[in-house]
Formats: sequence, structure tokens, C-alpha cells
Amino acid sequence: MVEVRLENLKKYFDKGRVKAVDGINLTIKDGEFLVLLGPSGCGKTTTLRMISGLEVPTAGKIWFEDRDVTYLPPKDRNISMVFQSYAVWPHMKVYDNIAFPLRIKKYPEEEIRKKVKWVAELLQIEELLDRYPAQLSGGQRQRVAVARAIVVEPDVLLMDEPLSNLDAKLRVMMRAEIKKLQAQLKVTTIYVTHDQVEAMTMGDRIAVMRQGKVLQVGPPVEVYSKPNSIFVATFIGAPEMNIMDVTVKETEKGIVLEGEGFEISLPQDLGELLRDYINKTVVFGIRPEHMTVEGISEFLHVKRKAKIKGVVDFVEALGTDTIIHARVGSKIIKVKIPGHVPVELKKEISIIIDLDNIHVFDKSTEKAII
Amino acid sequence: MNEKTKFMLKQIAFYTFVFTVVAWIVVPLIVVALYAFSSKLDYYDPSKIIPFHYTKQWVYTLLFTLRALDAIKNSIIVAVLTIIISFALGIPAGYAIAKFIFPAKDTIKLSIVALRMFPIPVMAIPLVVLYIRLNLIDTLLGVALAHTAMALPFVVLITSSIFAGVSTELEEAAMVFGLTRLGAFLRITLPLALPGLAAAAMFTFVMSWNEVFVASVLTLQHRTLPAQILSIMAGASGGAAPDYYKFAAAFIMMLPAMLFIFFARKYLITMWGITLK
Ligand SMILES: Nc1ncnc2c1ncn2[C@@H]1O[C@H](COP(=O)(O)OP(=O)(O)OP(=O)(O)O)[C@@H](O)[C@H]1O
Ligand SMILES: [Mg+2]
Repeated sequence: MVEVRLENLKKYFDKGRVKAVDGINLTIKDGEFLVLLGPSGCGKTTTLRMISGLEVPTAGKIWFEDRDVTYLPPKDRNISMVFQSYAVWPHMKVYDNIAFPLRIKKYPEEEIRKKVKWVAELLQIEELLDRYPAQLSGGQRQRVAVARAIVVEPDVLLMDEPLSNLDAKLRVMMRAEIKKLQAQLKVTTIYVTHDQVEAMTMGDRIAVMRQGKVLQVGPPVEVYSKPNSIFVATFIGAPEMNIMDVTVKETEKGIVLEGEGFEISLPQDLGELLRDYINKTVVFGIRPEHMTVEGISEFLHVKRKAKIKGVVDFVEALGTDTIIHARVGSKIIKVKIPGHVPVELKKEISIIIDLDNIHVFDKSTEKAII
Repeated sequence: MNEKTKFMLKQIAFYTFVFTVVAWIVVPLIVVALYAFSSKLDYYDPSKIIPFHYTKQWVYTLLFTLRALDAIKNSIIVAVLTIIISFALGIPAGYAIAKFIFPAKDTIKLSIVALRMFPIPVMAIPLVVLYIRLNLIDTLLGVALAHTAMALPFVVLITSSIFAGVSTELEEAAMVFGLTRLGAFLRITLPLALPGLAAAAMFTFVMSWNEVFVASVLTLQHRTLPAQILSIMAGASGGAAPDYYKFAAAFIMMLPAMLFIFFARKYLITMWGITLK
């Protein structure tokens, strides 16, 4: 097992015109499950390919413990990878697919049989060993790809959106299985996805990427509750965080956020943080689940609250939750309430905001202030 | 016209079409086989379309007295050499075109095709002179090299499209699991490309087998089959050959191809069946 360290890693394509990866510094601890999360085209796959050795970095270094592997070919790194397309070899039976990495490493046939049996049991694919990949379903092929990746007991396990081709139900199941498997094997794992739910449920830590850069790294709960920028705040969470421009004003009630059609007066400790922004525009953010509607459900556990007025515009009844789209000024604010609650359209409501969960961002740098 | 007669007419039209196409190919083959073994009298008897008396004489004379058997051996050697050399050169080029992006790639591809349009008779004399200097004249290797020049563009383009069809990720997976780039190519891409490569090899073989101009110009003693037959027919052994010799010659030329297809058929179909899935 090893610790992986990326040092100012860069990869430019097309003579520098495409900055796929643009200076990543990241340490993945020994045995950790790190998720690289970001929108399509942000450089996740490119990062993974550089760690695997399939792509040579334009600049920067990659360390496995204190071994510099930046320019080492893939075969000398003792890594495994699960490709997005699985890349199981169609001309080999499942057994041979799994045995192949072991054969390359010249294990005796007897031991290979034992190891394949072990991993096939682990992933419940014993009865498929005699088939060709063309005779498998997508989910089964994915298991074969995972089996092949872990049978060699790699130092680092890389996975590139391994669940993206599966249907929703299978995906949820495989999520749990992969997570359990990783905890059992304690292998340093880097897992790429653009699905934030996958990232939240699987990662020990999440690294959120955008345009070739890592914006924030931290445990899922931290990234969720303390996003350091507008991008991270809106990328994580569904429905996404409500975002609107407000002006910071100082009044006799203390520091106040003044928006279009509403006003929120802040407790003193929060207000103090915004002292530098008085009479300036900042970006206010609040997650749908950190608000409720007066008369429908009460925030009994919430100590510090604020109230704003809105008009019900639309209601999404999801069964487990109800999402109310309320019009405040010219903006739509989404409020998520647990359970099924009946709400009348066009009705005027009071929205209660949990002040301990508000976010304020600098308008120009998009960085978090609160 | 009711539905039933319509259907019948369609069926008739369909089978007529199939029959015509099959007859188009098969009838000449039958005619060639019949007349190749026809006795002289039957052949020249205007009242007989199908001969009754048969003889192996013409085929035997061609094969042994007129050395067509040696020419067959030569042809096979030349064709196999052509496949080996053109594949040794063409596979790396095809692979590079399929998998890598490099400067002037399109220009190179275009010039490969353009090469194929160059009229070979124009090159004949310079080629002979060059071959004499290089001591390649009248050697099988010399003919094979010339055939390679003709087959290579085709091999490069075909193999590049075959390799483009094999996912790069399969090869990369092999590299991640411990193979070198070459090892991954040999153990993953090559086996997967095999059916396509086999087809390309067959085309190359047929091209070399049928090629007569270059082979005639470059050889004297060591002729390939078409060159040997051409020189026999043109009267190298005193006067133009009688017609039944021509049929016998045609028979000798087509028989190996027919046998090959007959035996390879089953194997080829299973091979394509697996990869097409
Ligand atoms: N070989 C290449 N040549 C040129 N540009 C490339 C190459 N590979 C990737 N890119 C570009 O680099 C950027 C990052 O690509 P990458 O595949 O790493 O994205 P990703 O985060 O994995 O996206 P996705 O979620 O869609 O898989 C993209 O803009 C892509 O177009
Ligand atoms: Mg990707």
C-alpha cells in the first residue's frame, strides 16, 4: 500500500491550447478512498491516466511514497485500473481475463487458480468464469473488470466512472459493494465520477475539480457544509443550493443582507465577518434543506432563524420530499421539506431560514466568506 | 392481381435474380473445367457443346513438360514473401495511422493512395535496370519486392482501419496490468485484429497470384504461374498454343484459389462470427 502525492501536476494538449490538468497538488493517503469529482471535461480522466502512466505529464511530479514515478511506464507502477468502458478483453474467457495480470507477473498456475477463485467469490461471478465477455450483461462485465483490477492486489486502484453505464438500481448496489470491498482490501483508491451522490456516499475524501484545477478537498460532510466557493457549493447537493445577489447593509438592527424582496438580519458573530463588505454586493447561498415553511414544519432544533416572504410558484412532490419553488422578488427559491406536505399554489408563505447554515461568497473571487 | 400472385411473382423475380448471379460466376468455371479435359476431337467437333471424351493430357503437359508446376511453387513463394514483407512494413504504418496523431498525417495517407495510381508500365524499364544492378533480376525475392510495392498501400490502409476498430482502452488495460506497449499490441490488439488481417492477407495473396505484367518483365527462368502461362500461350514453345491448352491453363490458375476458399471457408466464417459479436 502506498501514499500517492501529486505535485503541481499539469497536462496540456494541442501545444498548450487545451489545459486539461492545470496544476494539481493532492495527497492521497495510504488506504484512502479519494473521489475526484467534477463536471464533464474538467480533467478527471487525464489526471487518472497520468497516475496510471498512460499519459506523460507536461509538468509536475507524481510520487508513490518516496518513489518518483512520473515517467515510469504503467507496468512498473503496480497499479490497477477499472476503465469507463471496462475494457475486458473480448477474445478471452472471464477466467483468463482475471488470470491475465497474474500470468504476466508469472504466478504459478496453481496460485492463479486460487486467487481467481477468491476474487470470483468476492464479486459473485463464479458461474461466469467460463463465458466470453460478449455473453455477459453490463453489470457482470463491470464486476469482471473490478475482479481483474483487485486480483493482483495493487498498490493503487484507479477507477474511471465504473458505474456510469449501469442502471440506477444496480449502480446503488455496486456503490455499496465497491466501498465495502475497498475497506476490506485497504487499497489506496482514486475514484473518478461526475455524480455527486456517488462521491458523497463513497469517498473518504472528495476532491472537487473544475477546469483542470482542484477547488476543494475534504471529507464529504465538510465539502457539503463548508464549500469554499460558489462552484463547489452549487455542484454538491440536489436540488442545488439557492444562490442570489444581496447587498450588505449596516442598520440599527446590526448587519443586514438586503436582497430583492427580502431582508435578512444577521446575528452579531456572522455580521462581523461581513464588516469589510458593507454597501457591497455579495452572493448569498442557502441549501433547500436548510429552509422550511412556517405552518408546515417547524425548525425546532434550529436556534437562529430568519424569515422571508414568498409566493408558491410550483411544487415537486417526490414522495419522500416535497420541493417548493417559491417566488421571492423576481427569483425562484427552492425549499425542500421532508415527507409529503400539501401546499397550495399561488399562496403566500413565510420561509424560515436556518442562519447557522447560510453561505456568503465574495462576488468577484467567488470564494466563501461565511 | 391478388396478393398471392403478387407474392409468387416476387418470389420468381428473386430466384431469377439469384440464379443469374450464380450462373454468371459458375458457368464460366464449368466451361473451363470441361474444356480443359476435353479430347482434341470433341473440342473441335461443332456438333458437340459438351464433350464426351476426356483426357488429362493438356493439364499434364502444362504442369510437367511446360513447367507450370514449378511456376505454381514460385507463385506461392512469391505470394507468401509478398505477404510477409508487406505486412512487416504495412502493419506498423497502419497502426501508427490508426492510433497516433502526427504532423502531415492526412498528406501521408493521401500520398499512399496516390502511389497506387502510378501506372506500372512506365516504371518497367527503370525497374529492370535497377534490378540488374542489384542482382535481383529473375529472382523470386525481386518479384516479391515489386508485388510488395503494389500491395503495400492497400495493406497500410486496410490494417489502419482494422486497428482503428480495436479499442485503444483494451491495449491500455493490458499495459496497466503489466505489459509493455509492444507486448500489449502482440497479445491484445493483434489477436483481435486477426480476422481482418487474414482477409488482408488473402487479398494480398490473390493480387500477387494474379499479377502478370511485373512478373513477366522481371523474370525469365523463375516465372510465377501467370507469367509462365502467358509465355506458353504467347508461343514461347513454338507457335501459339491451341485453345484447349488455354482452358487447361485457366483451370490450373483457378484451381488453387477454389481449393483454398473451399477449405478456408468454414474457418473464416467462425472467425468473423466471433469478432462481429
Ligand atoms: N488526447 C487529447 N487531445 C486533446 N485534448 C484532450 C485529449 N484528451 C483530453 N483532452 C481534453 O482535455 C480536457 C479534459 O479531458 P478529460 O477526459 O480528462 O475530462 P473528464 O473530466 O474525464 O471528463 P468526462 O467526465 O467527460 O469523462 C477536455 O477538454 C478534453 O477535450
Ligand atoms: Mg473521463
